[in-house]
Amino acid sequence: MNYVTNQAGRRIPSEINDDPVVPFMGVGKYQPDARKHAPRISSCKDYPSDGNKLLGGLREALEKSGLCDGMTISTHHHFRNGDLLANQVFDIAHEMGVKGLRWFPSASFPCHAHLIPSLEDGTIQRIEGSMNGPLGRFVSEGGMKGTGVLRSHGGRYQAVQDGEVTIDIAVIGAPAADAFGNANGLYGNSACGSLGFALADSRYADKVIIVTDNLVEFPCIPWQIQGNDVDHVVRVEKLGDPAQIVSGTTRITRSPDRLLLAELTARFCEAAGIIRDGFSFQSGAGGTSLAVGEYFRKIMKKKGIRARFARGGSNRYLVSMLEEGLIGYLLDGQTFDLEGVRSMAENPNHVWTSPFTSYNYHGKGNFAGMVDVVVLGATEVDTEFNANVVTHSDGTLLHGIGGWQNCLFSRTVILPVPLFRDRIPVLRDRVTTLCGPGELIDVIVTERGIAINPLREDLIEHTRNASLPIKSVEELKAEADGICGVPDAPGLEERVVAAVKWVDGTVLDVVQQISIPGH
Amino acid sequence: MAMDATATAGNRGEKIRSDCYVRIRPRNSGRIAIQLDSKVASVFGEQIRQQVRQVLKEMGVKHAEVELEDTGALPFVIAARLEAAIRDLHIPHKSYIPGMIPQNLYETDRKRFRLSRLYLPGNTPRLMLNAGIHHPDGIILDLEDSVAPDKKAEARLLVRNALCQVDFYGAERMVRINQLPRGLEDLEDIVPHHVHLILIPKCETGKQVQLVEDRVRDILRAADQERNIYFMPIIESCLGVENAFEIASSSDLVVAMAIGLEDYTADLGVKRSSTGEESLYARTRMVNACKAAGIQPIDSVFSDVADTEGLKATVMRSRALGFEGMGCIHPGQIAVIHEGFRPGEEEVRSAEEIIRAFREAGARGEGVIAVGSKMVDPPVVRRAWQTLELARRFGMKSLPEPSSPPTNDNSDR
Repeated sequence: MNYVTNQAGRRIPSEINDDPVVPFMGVGKYQPDARKHAPRISSCKDYPSDGNKLLGGLREALEKSGLCDGMTISTHHHFRNGDLLANQVFDIAHEMGVKGLRWFPSASFPCHAHLIPSLEDGTIQRIEGSMNGPLGRFVSEGGMKGTGVLRSHGGRYQAVQDGEVTIDIAVIGAPAADAFGNANGLYGNSACGSLGFALADSRYADKVIIVTDNLVEFPCIPWQIQGNDVDHVVRVEKLGDPAQIVSGTTRITRSPDRLLLAELTARFCEAAGIIRDGFSFQSGAGGTSLAVGEYFRKIMKKKGIRARFARGGSNRYLVSMLEEGLIGYLLDGQTFDLEGVRSMAENPNHVWTSPFTSYNYHGKGNFAGMVDVVVLGATEVDTEFNANVVTHSDGTLLHGIGGWQNCLFSRTVILPVPLFRDRIPVLRDRVTTLCGPGELIDVIVTERGIAINPLREDLIEHTRNASLPIKSVEELKAEADGICGVPDAPGLEERVVAAVKWVDGTVLDVVQQISIPGH
Repeated sequence: MAMDATATAGNRGEKIRSDCYVRIRPRNSGRIAIQLDSKVASVFGEQIRQQVRQVLKEMGVKHAEVELEDTGALPFVIAARLEAAIRDLHIPHKSYIPGMIPQNLYETDRKRFRLSRLYLPGNTPRLMLNAGIHHPDGIILDLEDSVAPDKKAEARLLVRNALCQVDFYGAERMVRINQLPRGLEDLEDIVPHHVHLILIPKCETGKQVQLVEDRVRDILRAADQERNIYFMPIIESCLGVENAFEIASSSDLVVAMAIGLEDYTADLGVKRSSTGEESLYARTRMVNACKAAGIQPIDSVFSDVADTEGLKATVMRSRALGFEGMGCIHPGQIAVIHEGFRPGEEEVRSAEEIIRAFREAGARGEGVIAVGSKMVDPPVVRRAWQTLELARRFGMKSLPEPSSPPTNDNSDR
């Protein structure tokens, strides 16, 4: 295997899964030149003129879609850890004796550990999508036959649009759908809000199957997925476990340490003048991010400030800010709790979005860069402000990229992270896996101090006289090392188990197989 | 000694983090054999093994089997657990004391504010690491009620090592020892390590404070250290309340006195209420005794960590009774308590006026102080002074440092 060193200084193989690799060239440097990918031409004469595309079951739909060896099958993570669909799809493939499939999920969850035997026996050759929890560990230990490919939500849309990934069959779980294939995520027992992650698949896959546990009479309104893109509709008893799909109770963290991180983050934004009338923000659904939102709310109320829009990850806290008039519009890519689902169905200012509107590299612009401030997590950050979000310091692949890389294009990117977790320092000399180039990461907030990227002279200037614990990133790192000691490099094998793509489709870094002691 | 003896120390289990559990079996010969099961093994495994070998060598243990289950313990925790297990074996050994980090060598002051003091269970390393970042006025490493009886010995070593190695970011460094006489033994491991203040629990007589003071003096002398370690007795019984003034004035080193209402109400034979009517006598009597002795009265902890509103109300009541601080059992309580003791803007403005008038009168050589048309008595000046000190503590005022506070001679009284 030949290796090349990309512009970020990372050593990557020149081929992955037998395809040549385009190495990362720098932020905004890659310029592909071709026409976008298009699905096969379909004709309405081949579809029932009464619009009824309902089949007897999922296996029939997969067979009619021509499921065979080596195909690419896509699924989506709207049902998160409550998803019952992806496992069924590959169980059927296994029964049919199909081999060598490429699974192209928008994300996987711990519930998909069920598929490990199918990965072992070669039913699934590889996963291109996030590999979380047990699947991440399985891949890290070298269990998967092919090489995994990690993409951001925007990068997934990009890969579909430029033809890097051709989807043979997209299987889309829909909480509400009609027999023509119009579908949305707003109603029914499996309601999950938006179906945005399936949008690209519905438009570009050769075959599209809608699977629903809530078949409604035509027309299913609104049609987040258009029936005109759909080949088959299947009705099942149950798509997912509602308790695991959306939480009834997204909760702000009660950890005093994380609350402190959130408070420092909000105070930083206030001091830097980011929280001003008409501003926009995005923060995730993790406990710390939710708390940042709540501190924003306090500051906004105190000063009589309104945000023009917030991007989410919607949840009951953002919904209540929307309903109180503190936020003008909620642009929602993923709905995390029942309040979010209710609001999206009721409130015209709570708008569902997709990776196309928000993140896509091949769009004529996207929303990510229009957000004033975004608050993200990270497993590691280094003294060049590079960050890792997919592996732990021991090299194990445990998280997906999600929208993380795409959000780095927001005007100010803040990572509130603890200085260390147990004994593992979060601030490193060099991140184990590079997921986000430091030039896009502006501020690291830790419980022991805040470091501002020297590139952001404006932020340094604005917060010069604030009563905030501003330190250099080197000072913070020295403090972490003083407490924890400097960790040794983990033992890694030569074999590459996954590639980390940048938002433009180039390869930013790779994940190596971990060494298991005694093996 | 039988060579099949083993000893263990530390904590393990599903919810344990940042700790380790060690089992040591001494041998007559052979090397130090280490069996390590650590969640950070891939990046710290070799360093942990090296540390185990080094600690045992310095303690003079040459031959042993060591099993270590680690959930991400910092080195000072690993060292404390190893030493606790070795002590328990009753084989000849030396102590292994980690060095004092330089940032821990700050001093305290008898007069400093003690609005909040955060209790940390003395055998739970996870809670120690980040305690200082929440900036309580004091941090109490507790050897008493939060430590199980069979963990007392190992907690003492963990607390000792934490005093050496954990940065509490300027908080007053406090240890609550066990009830006497066991508490006197605790002092041996604690006193030489730059502790600022010792809390003496279930204190009922001035004699008990004297016993602690004598032992502390002996230990400091043996360690060749010359410094003051302050005391905060805790009154937790009816007898203690009756002897409050005697205790408060038992030593020059007593700088504050606290009340513990769980034990007190039990002694009284009643249930502790959230509003505290049943302990009103005890609390007012204690406040009075403290003020008479010139020390700070500190209120009990508020035990429902989720009830912020209840805590707020309690702080306001405590402050109104004359208390100058409260205990905390959760970092989330610190800010609420500080906010409760923060003087109001109006209060500060009026105090400034009074002090200005006091200074002007002094400059004119006049004894009579007037603000507007109102005469101001000396005690009012003293209270205004205290308000400004507190305001300065909260960073509310950057007043010029006073040359000296208003006098407090008895003719005012």
